[in-house]
Amino acid sequence: MATQSSASSSDFIKNLGKMYGTYTGGFIGFIILLAILEQIGVPNKILGYLFVFFTLAVYAIIGVMTRTAEVSEYYVAGRRVPAFYNGMATGADWMSAASFVGMAGTLFLLGYDGIAWVLGWTGGFVLVSILIGPYLRKFGAYTVPDFLSFRYGGNFARALGVIVLVACSFTYVTAQIYGTGIIASRFLGMQFEVAVFAGLVGILLCAMLGGMRAVTWTQIAQYVVLIIAYLTPIVILSTKKYGFPIPELTYGQAIADITAREQQMLATGLATVAGLKPHISPFINYSPLNFFAIIMCMMVGTASLPHILMRYFTTPSVREARQSVAWSLLFIFLLYFSAPAYAAFSKLEVYTNIIGANVSALKPWIFNWGELGLIQICGKNAGSIDAIVAACKAIAGHPGVVRLQDFVINTDVIVLSTPEIAGLPYVISGLVAAGGLAAALSTADGLLLAIANALSHDVYYKMIDPNAPTMRRLTVARGLLVVVAVIAAATAATKPGDILAMVGWAFSLAMAGNFPALVMGVWWKRTTATGAVCGIIAGFGLCLFYLVTSRYFPGAGVKYFGMTSLLNPLTGAPLADVAKAMALPNAMESFPTLAHPLANKVGWFDLNNIACGLLGTPLGFAVIYIVSKLGKEPSKEMQAYVDDIRKPRGRTVLEEKTT
Amino acid sequence: MADSTSMKEKEEAHWRKTSRLMFAHLGVWFFFGFIIHMFVNPLNKITIPILNFPLGFYMAAQGSLIVFVVMLFMFAKQQDKIDREFGFAEED
Repeated sequence: MATQSSASSSDFIKNLGKMYGTYTGGFIGFIILLAILEQIGVPNKILGYLFVFFTLAVYAIIGVMTRTAEVSEYYVAGRRVPAFYNGMATGADWMSAASFVGMAGTLFLLGYDGIAWVLGWTGGFVLVSILIGPYLRKFGAYTVPDFLSFRYGGNFARALGVIVLVACSFTYVTAQIYGTGIIASRFLGMQFEVAVFAGLVGILLCAMLGGMRAVTWTQIAQYVVLIIAYLTPIVILSTKKYGFPIPELTYGQAIADITAREQQMLATGLATVAGLKPHISPFINYSPLNFFAIIMCMMVGTASLPHILMRYFTTPSVREARQSVAWSLLFIFLLYFSAPAYAAFSKLEVYTNIIGANVSALKPWIFNWGELGLIQICGKNAGSIDAIVAACKAIAGHPGVVRLQDFVINTDVIVLSTPEIAGLPYVISGLVAAGGLAAALSTADGLLLAIANALSHDVYYKMIDPNAPTMRRLTVARGLLVVVAVIAAATAATKPGDILAMVGWAFSLAMAGNFPALVMGVWWKRTTATGAVCGIIAGFGLCLFYLVTSRYFPGAGVKYFGMTSLLNPLTGAPLADVAKAMALPNAMESFPTLAHPLANKVGWFDLNNIACGLLGTPLGFAVIYIVSKLGKEPSKEMQAYVDDIRKPRGRTVLEEKTT
Repeated sequence: MADSTSMKEKEEAHWRKTSRLMFAHLGVWFFFGFIIHMFVNPLNKITIPILNFPLGFYMAAQGSLIVFVVMLFMFAKQQDKIDREFGFAEED
């Protein structure tokens, strides 16, 4: 029986190329079929539904087919996912709704400064491969807290690991479900709250029955959808505009055109020197300190996020874990080095076709987004021609053409509307929606699994009932997955205002909480349990304190902790008048009034609170080093274990009961 | 006994080489992640021929990313070579 199942599973691995090749071909065929349907007059709404339901059905079928009742399959996909495929799954795991939908829009708005995110969200994989990932694979953990508990003497370290994990994963997963809701409500015309729970069903079908195993094989399918969806519109645009189908090479010309157009807009009064942010000029939106702080926090945060690290627990060997990180980054790179092209093409389009256009001659696609409040012209939602003509007339001395300062666009619109802006057929819009959905779902799957695994494996099995039989462990794992998913969806349905900002926080929190303890645990044998525990508390605590104080208790931050106003990166002037705000009667009001005039505008050293990891992480390292030096050297056995982790050969350090 | 001391020495030598590789790659990572972008303004004065990108912008948007990808494939190879040299690599 055992040999039979391992023989069939090695067949399965061998046939992966054929299976996913057929799947990719099938998906392309499906797009062509829908394109034909569009030509013969099938309405757009039906096309949107077909796209979403076909792709969701595929993920669900994979999810159900790969269900499992084995613990090691459930937690680490049986540790036999080949490097290449694990790389693809990690790519989908990694690229969230924020990458797919938000990244290009951020680059559109921030120009050069937005690239901090592109650099930060790619370079971190270098740290994953060199410092942490392969060593955790050799250790043989199911979860990141597993490693902390083993290396640092038990359940206290484990509990800290679980707290850090939940803190950085929960808001992140809520944001993904929120993203699903936005996409589904825009393209399927569902009510937002209904769309959120529809997305939830999709996520659960993939993750619940098969755990890591099912999530792995669906994430690969989702990667294929999302990368095709991302690249298709800009390949078409690039070919149309510059006659060459590789946008990453041609958008240099688009940038040159943007720069020329910027000068022209200044000369003709369509833009003011103060309002125009030249696309290629650095450090206009972020000061150099904050620019580099964001890069550092996103990079180190990447190397500390549990849902990413645990993807490398699934490879057959340490060697493949390393190769797999390289493949991951290659697959992620395909999207990230295209995002600036997206931004450049749409910016050029907006600068030439909207800015300077007569207010009454705007194209109809603008009003679809304007109705949702995502595009504003002359300070009003661009719901219809009449509305904006009236709004612009109300501005004294308005010339009747759209000026740069009249036009406000939400960052999420850039990717979703590019096909419409460029006048591409609706099938491309549907494809983009399916891609965004794949990006949000795949990341949500990975995150939910990370949280549910930590709760079921670390809290329930390791801390509450170490004698629980396999069946009960898996039942608990599945039950918790559903519970966490429902809580996340319920949170997302309330449309919490801070949710997108919190995704950035997750990186800093993961960085401050996990990075020092993980790196020191592998690279410095002398690290003691007490040192690590103190380091986690100090680093994570400081980061959390800085975030919460500057966001929710800025009055207290100024009064008791010496925080001062952040500075405008361009002029160096303070962003807020602290003295005046502190004199207001509500200066010390805090958490409930999110609209505090100082919220997010105060801090130390002019450091944005999103980069709080830059404060917590060095403190974490220092505390671990000093406390470890003060204590007794770790036992000989522990040091021998560390030696073992460092050598790929041999059995994993942690042997798990798998049956 | 001799066996265990020679094992110890092997482990230490292996780790020395691994650490050196780590620092070398971290150096490259730091250079392309941070240092080079500190010079974005002077680099932007240079335009890449044919592609028309300002060099400073290009390095941030694409150049450094390409370096990271190439680096990771190289690292996987180099670390595996070190592991094999000391007999610590897994069987193929």
